[in-house]
Amino acid sequence: MKNKFYRNTAILGAIAFVAVFVPTLLIKLDVINAYTAQIITLGGINAIMALSVNIVCGITGQLSLGQAGFEAIGAYSVILLTQNLGIPLPVSMVLAALIAAFFGFLIGFPTLKLEGDYLAIVTLAFGEIIRVVLVNQKGITGGPNGKQFPTILSTDFVWGPALSYLVIVGVLVAIIILLQNFIRSTYGRAILAVREDEIAANSNGVSVFRYKMVGFVVASFVGGIGGALYAPFIGFIKPDLASFNNSINDLIFVVLGGMGSVTGSVLAAFVLTYLQEFLRFLQNYRLLFYPVILILVMLFRPQGLLGMKELSFIRSIELVQHIKRVRAMQREKAGAKQANETEGAAEK
Amino acid sequence: MSDEKKLILQASDVSIVFGGLRAVSDFNMNLHQGELVGLIGPNGAGKTTVFNMLSGVYTPTSGEITFWDRHGKVHVVNKKSPAALNKIGIARTFQNIRLFGNLTVADNVRIAMHAQRKVSPFDVLFRTPRFFRDELMMTLRVESLLSLFNMKKKGDALAKNLPYGEQRKLEIARALAAKPTLLLLDEPAAGMNPQETKELMESIAAIRKQFKVTILLIEHDMKLVMGICERLFVLDYGRIIAQGTPQEVVSNPQVIKAYLGEDAAV
Repeated sequence: MKNKFYRNTAILGAIAFVAVFVPTLLIKLDVINAYTAQIITLGGINAIMALSVNIVCGITGQLSLGQAGFEAIGAYSVILLTQNLGIPLPVSMVLAALIAAFFGFLIGFPTLKLEGDYLAIVTLAFGEIIRVVLVNQKGITGGPNGKQFPTILSTDFVWGPALSYLVIVGVLVAIIILLQNFIRSTYGRAILAVREDEIAANSNGVSVFRYKMVGFVVASFVGGIGGALYAPFIGFIKPDLASFNNSINDLIFVVLGGMGSVTGSVLAAFVLTYLQEFLRFLQNYRLLFYPVILILVMLFRPQGLLGMKELSFIRSIELVQHIKRVRAMQREKAGAKQANETEGAAEK
Repeated sequence: MSDEKKLILQASDVSIVFGGLRAVSDFNMNLHQGELVGLIGPNGAGKTTVFNMLSGVYTPTSGEITFWDRHGKVHVVNKKSPAALNKIGIARTFQNIRLFGNLTVADNVRIAMHAQRKVSPFDVLFRTPRFFRDELMMTLRVESLLSLFNMKKKGDALAKNLPYGEQRKLEIARALAAKPTLLLLDEPAAGMNPQETKELMESIAAIRKQFKVTILLIEHDMKLVMGICERLFVLDYGRIIAQGTPQEVVSNPQVIKAYLGEDAAV
């Protein structure tokens, strides 16, 4: 069993390594052009936001309609911390995510004690409040014109695209690994128990309020990271980042990929981000095409593409091995049969 | 006999009112260590309401419930949350099965061991040796709990896919995982056929011996509890109408009246 664990860790580690470093190299060598690189990297940020929504909606079982509010807090915090306080960018990214997590705690404290979908309403209002505050605090946030944030990721044409991909997808992979470790532990099971049945969880020693809170704060933290990466990558942000529209976009990734499925929502984020660009040749009709895809998925696969399941590399490897083994056995049997027949024929 | 044994739970003059309805009034009950006690009564008598108060789901309107944990420490049940009560040793099952349906059978049991974890979030995020030790310990305990009900091989099945009888058994296994000293079973045999019921009652009696746990059991079919319970409380319209040994209780005219109606008692 331990051997299997080491083998699986090695396989997943290799996949993560390839996923992070090979495209980085390809982007640096201009095999992947800067435009495509930009889209893939944006997909990475969207995947982080999808994970943030997935932690609230899929794993903790609450509905959040304002996850973009946390993204905006992360994005504006990182700019203010770097530009106004002179804190180095990597440090202020972490601080920005912590600030977003703190806001998550403040909102979660009164709402998560209640049963029902109150969180949806409160987060919806939260996103709008953040947007309106960002529009009106012109002195600090630049108002509706937004804020410039030139960094090496957004302005450097030689290193920018490759470095952006490396940083953002690297962080995405780190989040996925830590998140999976967390979910497949006693803490993760406690959160899943709350999702499945609050009364039963409570009667089995899981404090419902505490674990709803843990789920929501972790989600806010991840959302903050998404924003803290978005600002230096794009180099320019507007209060619209906190808009309801943006929150719903993040939610769509999760609904489409499968609530509760980490791999599902990450894949959906990448695919849909690419699709939005790919469909540009349809001009304004692409706005029609996107909802049609959504409606079709909801009609034929209401639980999302992957449902609650995870796409597992290990399991697919094992499946391939199993199929090979079965084929080999069949071939052996067939061979033995043939040998028997020829023997029989020879006797005659 | 029961005087020699240590008191584990005491409910004195407990009442609960929902709106204008007095669901349970002046409920008194003493439970002693290691007892197997039945709480019976017709449908709607308030049995589950009593359970909900003992396990912290409802807070009584008046009266006090006291619980002595395994170290002899006194706790007032009234204002504690179900999770806190579970930690000090009161575990329960539900009449309308409440499993974590989309999780595996083994995970259902593991969740009840959450309070006994030895890991910190750091151990979990970075998979330290302590994490693996804790998970291994849990897996071994899950296996031994599931094998009580011959369900060891079903650990990886989703709880919602189990047959009805096994779902009830899984609820008991999950409740036991919290290492309770008081186990509250709400109609554990509901929906089982007579053969299954007989087996279940036998395993409940065995569990009491093996885990040295006090069991309070709700059942509305009186025949079932006659065999295994030492004492019975009979509840009707929210009041205790009789208590004592099963023999005393069945011959009580009020009990006969509650179960069979006025004419039968005459």
